[in-house]
Amino acid sequence: MFTSALIVFRESLEAALFIGIVAAGTRQLVGRTRWLSAGVGVGALGALLLAVMAQHISAWADGIGQDLVNIGILSLALAMLIWHCVWVSTHSREMVADARRLGSDVRPGQRKPWALLVAVALAVLREGAETVLFVGGSLTGTASTAGSTLLAGSIGLALGAAVGWLMYSGLSRIPVQRLFWITNVLVALLAGSIASQLAKALGQAGFIEAWTSPIWDSSHALATDSALGTVLHALVGYDAQPSGAQLVSYLAVLTLIYLGTRILSQPRAPR
Amino acid sequence: MSYPHKLVSVLFALLLGFTATVAPAAEPEIALVIKNHLFEPAELKVPANQRVKLVVHNQDGTPEEFESHSLNREKVIPGGAKVTIFIGPLKPGRYSFAGEYNEATAKGVVVVE
Repeated sequence: MFTSALIVFRESLEAALFIGIVAAGTRQLVGRTRWLSAGVGVGALGALLLAVMAQHISAWADGIGQDLVNIGILSLALAMLIWHCVWVSTHSREMVADARRLGSDVRPGQRKPWALLVAVALAVLREGAETVLFVGGSLTGTASTAGSTLLAGSIGLALGAAVGWLMYSGLSRIPVQRLFWITNVLVALLAGSIASQLAKALGQAGFIEAWTSPIWDSSHALATDSALGTVLHALVGYDAQPSGAQLVSYLAVLTLIYLGTRILSQPRAPR
Repeated sequence: MSYPHKLVSVLFALLLGFTATVAPAAEPEIALVIKNHLFEPAELKVPANQRVKLVVHNQDGTPEEFESHSLNREKVIPGGAKVTIFIGPLKPGRYSFAGEYNEATAKGVVVVE
């Protein structure tokens, strides 16, 4: 029972933290709660569908169907997060100005962060499908185990949501001007984490062969399964035994975002 | 930057994937069965410095997650499904793996020599 709760908690943590970050970073936008809930809802529906089709999907492409789906989801999520980071850096001044004016003259529909919305749906989709599959699988067992797994799953999910809420309320204390910068850094680190997961998925599906074995082992200092390791894994993509491909893609995405942000946020030279 | 750029990058990633699928696969294939939340065989012998195609057949009705930190792999295998996991190339040594959903019983090790 404890194990089931822990597994569901781990699966839901990354999505919950991400939703917390997005909710805090967009709190001044009109209709934010509505579109954020829509993103979560769409992701959850997709997760149910993916879980129902899981056995079928696994058999695709000689047993790597699931990796193909993951690679598609991760690539799209990565594109959305990179796009968002660079987009925000070019619009942050206007966004801060909007936030100061608050309310009446914020033109609705003008600055909906679509990229983030898609990324939220994809995060829920990816993490949710595995959770549904795990809990659903246990439900086929005896009635007593089914009941306790459902309860454990709910506890795990509630704990994940609580951590996401902590993230949200912590970030909400930060003044708006600095908040954009901080959420942008968090989203950038998450993009790095997704790039690293993408490299891992490409490796186990056999698309890349070089640099797919761990290059170091820091699990004695901080195991990925430990409490802190789990949170850091969900937040910044910590992995105690990363492959070379993971490390390179992580750093490459952070560099790309940093450079893109630097170039695009420079004030235009006067003519 | 605009929408076409994003689309192109996604398509490129997918294209990259599909072109790699048609590349000839010469790696040795090794079968692994999950039954009653146990791996069978629990010890797999694998050649060193060569990529290996691991074909995992989950004969239980419940899903399992093949997980190995030292192999840098993790993959969910739905009940009744048969999936492929590529591992290595590996240096000689012992690499443990486990079924995350049934960690108490589902344990195994890849022996590379």
